[in-house]
Amino acid sequence: MAERVISAKDLRRGMRARIESVGDEEALHTRLLELGLIPGTEFKVTKIAPLGDPMELELRGYRLCVRQSEVECLRLVELD
Amino acid sequence: MKWSASALSSLIDSVVVASAGRTQPLIALVGNPNAGKTSLFNALTGARQKVGNYPGVTVEKVSGQVEIEGKLAEIVDVPGLYSLAAISTDEEVAVEALLDESTSPDLVVYVMDASNLERNLFLFSQLAETNLNVVVALTLTDVVHREKGEIDLAVLSNHLGCEVIPVVSHKNEGLKELRDAMGRALADPRELELDLGFPKIVTDAAARVVEQMNRKGIDLKPTEARCVLMDENCSTGDRFREIPELWAVVEEERKLIFGANVQARTVDAQSRYAWASRVKSESYVLPTVPRGRTKTEMVDALLTHRVFGLVIFLGIMYAVFQSIYTFAAPFMDLIDAGKSAVAGVVGGWLEGTPVLQSLVVDGIIEGIGSVVIFLPQIMILFFFISVLEGTGYMARAAFLMDRLLGWCGLNGRAFIPLLSSFACAIPGIMAARVMPDQRSRMMTILVAPLMSCSARLPVYVLLIGAVIEPRFGAVWAGLSLFFMHFIGLAVAIPIVLILNKGWFKGKRLPFMMELPKYQWPRWKDVVLTVFSRAKVFLVTAGTIIFAMTVLIWALLYFPRGDTAAYEKEWVSQGKVVAEDSGFDQYAELRQREDSILGRFGRAIEPVFVPAGFDWRLTTAILAAFPAREVVVPAMGILFGTGGDVDEESASLKDSINSATWPDGRPLMTPWTAVSLMVFFALCCQCMATLAAIKRETNSWKWAWFAFGYMTALAYILSVAIQQVGRMLGG
Repeated sequence: MAERVISAKDLRRGMRARIESVGDEEALHTRLLELGLIPGTEFKVTKIAPLGDPMELELRGYRLCVRQSEVECLRLVELD
Repeated sequence: MKWSASALSSLIDSVVVASAGRTQPLIALVGNPNAGKTSLFNALTGARQKVGNYPGVTVEKVSGQVEIEGKLAEIVDVPGLYSLAAISTDEEVAVEALLDESTSPDLVVYVMDASNLERNLFLFSQLAETNLNVVVALTLTDVVHREKGEIDLAVLSNHLGCEVIPVVSHKNEGLKELRDAMGRALADPRELELDLGFPKIVTDAAARVVEQMNRKGIDLKPTEARCVLMDENCSTGDRFREIPELWAVVEEERKLIFGANVQARTVDAQSRYAWASRVKSESYVLPTVPRGRTKTEMVDALLTHRVFGLVIFLGIMYAVFQSIYTFAAPFMDLIDAGKSAVAGVVGGWLEGTPVLQSLVVDGIIEGIGSVVIFLPQIMILFFFISVLEGTGYMARAAFLMDRLLGWCGLNGRAFIPLLSSFACAIPGIMAARVMPDQRSRMMTILVAPLMSCSARLPVYVLLIGAVIEPRFGAVWAGLSLFFMHFIGLAVAIPIVLILNKGWFKGKRLPFMMELPKYQWPRWKDVVLTVFSRAKVFLVTAGTIIFAMTVLIWALLYFPRGDTAAYEKEWVSQGKVVAEDSGFDQYAELRQREDSILGRFGRAIEPVFVPAGFDWRLTTAILAAFPAREVVVPAMGILFGTGGDVDEESASLKDSINSATWPDGRPLMTPWTAVSLMVFFALCCQCMATLAAIKRETNSWKWAWFAFGYMTALAYILSVAIQQVGRMLGG
């Protein structure tokens, strides 16, 4: 299966992706890790707000809303 | 103050006083946001709750009493946490209260959402490394069962090393078992030992650090050593960060563990989540049938839909706004009528002593009345807020509106406080507590009074009806009314941007939140919220409003003017002193002018001339500073039509239009009307708002800041409008 490196901007509803690495913006980075967005985690985009932002991700059996700007530090790989 | 506080609180029920020192065991409810903490707290304490503040900050502290084995213990509902590494003020306060020795609880009840085990186990894994005594209350097991999952409590409890009690708070299930477990844990406190399965290289290094530290006479536990190795900010490290020979030990092991590109935080999170997912998979029996769409997903398909979601959102917000705007009115009228009736009766008793009569009627009864009048709006708004929070819709509202409000530094949750402020800033400011972090909460509180509240409407109606409509027609009249409601909002945006850039420095907090599963509101929780908010308002903000009303009464009552001189003035205008001749109102107005506050007003009158306001308008403005509701009657008195007028009175409109400056120029040009309306739109003429800001921010500083910036803004803009108008030949 072809894997494509993408960024937060490319995420669309229904898309699945895997986190390759997390950036290093201190507080934000730590919080993302604490919420379970760690390298290797796979997630699915379940909702995008009507005005285009924020979005809801499904990961580790729960769902989390994030702003696009907050997940821009993630390096992602698109999954089929 | 003392008298009013006791009288007001006896109106509701008595306030539970915090135990000084630690005469009772202290229990803390800790857990992730949305884990069901507050419902459990309500179920355990019932109505035995009190709301206060953590010392020195705006973060609210909710505590109560819980009965364990026949004895009372104090229980605190700690703000929701994702991690012990705090990034917001609210989290810092919560974490500090947990870990600081003087405030550290005797027992932590860790509220764990069974339907979201992995992430809830993360915070547990951090708690387990402190020396806190922990019992787990497992919530939302009903959700797990509905999804055909099963949790093996024995296995889970074995992994966690403490008792795990399933509870369904709103059905009171498991509460007795939880109380018993709390009793056992209090009697026999234990520290938890978890095997989190950190990489061997880390645990080995930690063991070496412990050994070397022990050799140097320092007592250190393996978990503490690991914390120091993994986390630069770990508080244990403070013990020897300053001592080079000890710190060198740590630094050396660090270098060994982390090659050039391994990040400590990532390894830490990975290890904990690996542990969490192992615990979950061993104690959680997954549903065998694949899960279909849940009810929440189906409802969300509609409520967060790009078109219908927004339409429904606007509909709900309209309903909320209409309720505080319209439904509260009859209750407020009733309170007003009750106040007048009491004032009439009590005033009659004190007929013989005018000073006492005025103090009681215009000071005390007026003061209590002006506090109680806010209750209908506050209670209606908090009814909606707690229903919207309880069902899970509030989070959706934030999700829908975040883009709209987020760009300037607020977030989606600011919508409700700001919308409510269009009815009245008091409930709006109180509603700002729905904001999860102190920074956006402060900004919302500081701009909420700019929203055009219902007390400003009469001024707009009067001036638009008197000046704009006759000259420019109904279309412009309608448009100006719309723009007057819009101007506060328009001004709020740059204010927020400035506050965000300049004042509240530091990083913006991430938005990150969850959309909880939909559920029916728990009516018991709703009722508790409504009454606890009403109580907080009466006891804290109410006392201030009451005291200020009495103070203002005194400043307007003293010194007593010379009634004979007023009579002479009245007669010299060719009028007769008689009942219904308007002399009483004239004398009252002259008394106000001669009072301490009136003299002060006259002294600063010239300041308002550049805005186009003569002494009458200036006096009306000054009279309206305690509460802008009085402005229309004040203008009635000042423009000679008597105080018994409202914004629709033709006589008042006529006399405003025919009023002139001493040199004969007309006073009320369209520019002056606009300038006056803008002044009223932006100025903070409401002491109850200041009292509410003081209560919510826990500081007079912010109340005066709001007062100062709004008054300055109102003055500058109204002068600018008048001056531009003159240049354009208005």
